[in-house]
Amino acid sequence: MMKAGLKRSNAPIFWGLFGAGGMLSALFGPVLVFITGIAVPLGLLLPKGAMSYPKMQAFAQNFIGKSFIFAVIALFLWFAAHRIFHSLHEIGIHAGLGAKLICYGSAFASTVIAAYVLLVLGF
Amino acid sequence: MSENHKIIEIEVLRYNPESDDEPHLEVYKVPFSDDMSVLQGAQYIKDNFDGSLTFRWSCRMAICGSCGMMINGIPKLSCETFLRDYYPSRIRIEAMANFPIEKDLVVDLSGFIEKLESIQPYIIAKEPRTLEQGEYLQTPEEFNRYIQFTSCINCTLCYAACPQFGLNPDFIGPAAIALLHRYNMDSRDGAAAQRMELVASEEGVFNCSAVGYCSEVCPKHVDPANAVNINKTNAAKDYFLRFLSPKGGSK
Ligand code: SF4
Ligand code: FES
Repeated sequence: MMKAGLKRSNAPIFWGLFGAGGMLSALFGPVLVFITGIAVPLGLLLPKGAMSYPKMQAFAQNFIGKSFIFAVIALFLWFAAHRIFHSLHEIGIHAGLGAKLICYGSAFASTVIAAYVLLVLGF
Repeated sequence: MSENHKIIEIEVLRYNPESDDEPHLEVYKVPFSDDMSVLQGAQYIKDNFDGSLTFRWSCRMAICGSCGMMINGIPKLSCETFLRDYYPSRIRIEAMANFPIEKDLVVDLSGFIEKLESIQPYIIAKEPRTLEQGEYLQTPEEFNRYIQFTSCINCTLCYAACPQFGLNPDFIGPAAIALLHRYNMDSRDGAAAQRMELVASEEGVFNCSAVGYCSEVCPKHVDPANAVNINKTNAAKDYFLRFLSPKGGSK
C-alpha cells in the first residue's frame, strides 16, 4: 500500500554539494587555515614569499589552481549553507523559504562571483 | 514490602484527556527492591496509589516493545531499566517524546503504524516461483545482509529520540526506514525501485540530518541511522541516474 501523492525531494542536489563540501573541508580546511592564517603571516615553516602576489596570481591563472580555488570556495560555502540552514531548523527557527534563500542564495551568489573573478583573471 | 526496602520518588507525567487541559507532573514515593524495574515501579503506583495510571506493557523482557517511555528525558524500555540505577535521586517518567499523548504514558501510535504499512513491509518476489519450483533459497551471506534490520521490535524509542521526526511528523522515520531497508536487502525481494518513491520523497530520508541518536537509544542494535544513511546515498544515486535507467518506480 504505497502512499499516494508523493513528491520527489530535491534534497539530493543540496545534500550532494553538502557532502562534497564536507569532505573537502575536512581534508583541506585545517591545513588551509594553518597556511593562510598562521604559517604565512608568521613566516613559519614555509619559504618567504610563498603566498606572494605573483605566485598566487600564477596559481589562480593555472587551470588546475583555478579549479582548486573554485572548488574550495564554492563547495565550502554550499557545505556551510546547508549546515547553517539545518542547524537553524534544529534550534527551532523554521524561517522556511526566507532562511533557505539566505543560506543557499549566498552560497549560490558567492559561487557565481568566484567563477566570474577566476575567469576574469585569465589563463 | 519489608521495612528494609528503600523508597524512591517517581515523578510521573499525568494526562487525562477528559479532565486535564494539559499534562502535569505528580510525585509518588515508591518502596522498591534491587530487582525492580521502572515498569514495576509504575505498576506499584497503579496498584497502591492510583488505579487510573495508564501505561503499556506486555512481555516485561524487552521483547514486545510496548513499554517505552522517557526516563529522565531519555527514551528507554521501562522493563529493562532499573530503579536501583537512579536511587537515591528522584526519577521522572513521561510519555515518549514527539508523539501525541493519549493518556498518561500511552501515546498515539497510529501515524507510526501507517508508516509501517506504507513501506510495503513484505517480500515482493523478484522472480515469483511456482510450488513445483520449490522454495526460495538464500545463502548465509545473503541472509547476513539484512538480518540486523529484522530485529526491530517497533518500540518507537528511535522516534522519541529523533529531533527531525519531532519537527516534521510526516518524516517516515528511523524504524520504518530500517524495515524498508530490511526488505530491499533481501535477495528474494525485487521491490526496491517501488519503495524508492517513498525513500526519495519529501517525507523520505532527506529529513534526516545525521544526528544518530536513534541508533544510540535502540534497544535491539538495529542501527536505523545506518539504514537511513545508506538510503540517502541510494536516493541521491536514483535522483541523478534515473534518466539513464528507465526501470525506477519513481517519477
Ligand atoms: S529501530 Fe530500534 S528503537 Fe527503533 S523501533 Fe526498532 S527496536 Fe525500537
Ligand atoms: S514490556 Fe515488553 S519490551 Fe518492555
